[in-house]
Amino acid sequence: MATTACLGCSTRARAGEDPPGSDERPQKGDLLVFSEGDQEGKLVTAADLKVGGPPIHAWPKDPTTSVVRSASRLNEILIIKLDPADLDEKTRARAVDGIIAYSAICSHAGCPVTAWVKSDVGDKEVFKCMCHNSEFDPRAGAQVVFGPAPRRLAALPLALADGSLSVAGNFMGKVGGTQPG
Amino acid sequence: MKTSMIRKQWLLSGLVAFTCLASTAALSGPIESYSPVTAQRLENPEPNNWMLYRRTYDGHGYSPLDQINTSNVKNLTPVWTFSTGVVEGHQAPPIVNNGVMFVTTPMGQVIALNAKTGDEYWRYKRQLPDDLFQLHPTNRGVGLWEDKLYLATTDDHVVALDAKTGKVLWDTKVQDYRKGQYLTLMPLIVDGKVIVGGSGGEFGVRGYIVAYDAKEGKELWRTYTIPGEGEPGHDTWQGDDWKNGGGSAWMTGNYDKETRTIYWGVGNAAPWPGDSHPGDNLYTASVLALDPDTGKIKAYHQYHQNDSWDWDEVDAPMLIDLQRNGRTIKSLVHPGRNAIFWVLERTPTKINYVAGWPFVFTDVWKGIDETGKPIVDPAHKPVIGKRVEFCPSLWGGKDWPSAAYSQRTGLVYVPANENFCGGFTGEKVPLKPGELWLGTKPEDIGLKTKPGADHFGELQAWDPATGKKVWQHNFPKSHLFGSVTATAGDLVFVGGTNDRYFRAFHAKTGELLWEQKTNSGIVGMPVSYEIDGTQYIAIQSGWGVDAQRIQDALVTNNIGIEANVPQGGVVWVFALKK
Repeated sequence: MATTACLGCSTRARAGEDPPGSDERPQKGDLLVFSEGDQEGKLVTAADLKVGGPPIHAWPKDPTTSVVRSASRLNEILIIKLDPADLDEKTRARAVDGIIAYSAICSHAGCPVTAWVKSDVGDKEVFKCMCHNSEFDPRAGAQVVFGPAPRRLAALPLALADGSLSVAGNFMGKVGGTQPG
Repeated sequence: MKTSMIRKQWLLSGLVAFTCLASTAALSGPIESYSPVTAQRLENPEPNNWMLYRRTYDGHGYSPLDQINTSNVKNLTPVWTFSTGVVEGHQAPPIVNNGVMFVTTPMGQVIALNAKTGDEYWRYKRQLPDDLFQLHPTNRGVGLWEDKLYLATTDDHVVALDAKTGKVLWDTKVQDYRKGQYLTLMPLIVDGKVIVGGSGGEFGVRGYIVAYDAKEGKELWRTYTIPGEGEPGHDTWQGDDWKNGGGSAWMTGNYDKETRTIYWGVGNAAPWPGDSHPGDNLYTASVLALDPDTGKIKAYHQYHQNDSWDWDEVDAPMLIDLQRNGRTIKSLVHPGRNAIFWVLERTPTKINYVAGWPFVFTDVWKGIDETGKPIVDPAHKPVIGKRVEFCPSLWGGKDWPSAAYSQRTGLVYVPANENFCGGFTGEKVPLKPGELWLGTKPEDIGLKTKPGADHFGELQAWDPATGKKVWQHNFPKSHLFGSVTATAGDLVFVGGTNDRYFRAFHAKTGELLWEQKTNSGIVGMPVSYEIDGTQYIAIQSGWGVDAQRIQDALVTNNIGIEANVPQGGVVWVFALKK
């Protein structure tokens, strides 16, 4: 039965590693689940986010198939809630109740952006990639404020309905590094 | 002159002239004449060439060429340059075989150049996967055998290229890059075997050294640097710690051709805090003596037990014949990342401790016992649950950049760093394959400079026979993070500073004799070669990787340090002004 079902599957799918859709980029309508920590796999809701950070690391999840799109690390997302007054105009327009989302993949060498720390060059906290110290300001479209990164992190539009978050469209901007290694 | 002749021939006979144009003007295209590399040529390389990582199997990093010397080096001038087109750390020595130069760069590029003119023959560009990320985006060179080149890649393959054309001849997957396994080193070639060691100590791998058949890329043997169940040394680990205990092996080994023994350095234990992997943790932070035919471990020396500081001891020891107390010692000399300058004795079956002393300040070691085990001060040994500070920093007294040894002066030249301390708070972190696994938060890793420090980088000249420091050059506003090369002209060449200079020092006195500002900072290895009676010095300038990380930390700590070291690789070639 299993064998028949898997005819035509790729080697990796047969090995049971990556279900179909799990390496596709986030799509409109996708839900968001924690990608790390005690709540890994659980749905991210607006109530999970504290104003001022830190960000939640998340994967998109297909609501129909329940497939978590975690097979490509390029799908990891940073979700953060900030005071709308702190956001620049463009970022505020995209925010839902101060909540914004970005790709967690640094635009420099493609490392994960893991830290939420005080900037090397200012007083505010910023997203920081610890591989090469690039810093991004989520209040200003995740523009680069320090380090070798050549461009902002890709942004992911969100929708908020009854406290539940979902993806409202494709990534805006390029995901991933310029020079992989 | 040549060009006008070629044009004339073109007019006379199109077909003949075309062949001529392609070969003599060295337009992009295959190499017409290439000298195959043999065991004999690698064991006794011609003075004009640089075909191994450190030119010779003993790892001295010494060129016997002396046209450029202490009296005329002031006339050293650029002959040609070549942009590599990529950023990040350019760590590879330009490899030269009878007039042909092979340069590797980050992103898995190999560029074949005419070493005299700088004209490009061909370029290989690895298509790296778009989800690959690299803490160490670099490459340290191609190995040579017969008419082939061997490249180890950051997506964890070993690739054989046709030396004349750059065409891929075979491509063997070593492990899975998605699990944090990758390669950056120049393969060691011994008797038709392509030998590499894996990176990934920061991802919780189990390190190994592996040999492939040069002809077809078939795996011949694989020796794990952490012994498995039933193997000697396994009892220096508890539980399952050995399965992800680190011990990466990411630098090229050296080779004793007389005893047919490879000496290969092994990296840090993982994750960093020592109490997360109790025991001595063989063979992390060690040197292994290996049989090149079987990979069997003949002997080892562990530089420190239960590594807790990320102190990779991957830089292979130099094989030096030392006169000590009236007898000749076949030694292994290793200025360690753990701040100890090691002199060991190699015999066909053992490695014996001879002497060790700190070459930079350290508060971690209280001494060394008679068997060669350093005695640790627990106050400066990182553990889980509290912040621990230690000197030197996690980049050590000397990181991976190579020291050099001159047979003429009998001195070892060490790119050292002083006045740095570090620290972190150890924490228990679950292992996720492919994700950083340091045992601390990356943002918690500190680099501190000692209050009142008047310099950081030090180029040190040591007499390994007596343990005396003969001279030292200090770099007031920079760390020193580049490999050193010595020549028979009694010169020591090194880059490695944030002011972008490439420098030549007097090998006997340490006097600065020449310097040239380059495009970027230099983290690569200088080499020397000769073509048609002219001696050349070559270096890649291209700042990045850990030199950049230390620089960023310095910028936040200190006022007056150059903040911006521009990136972008360029090959520089120098000769005496005629």
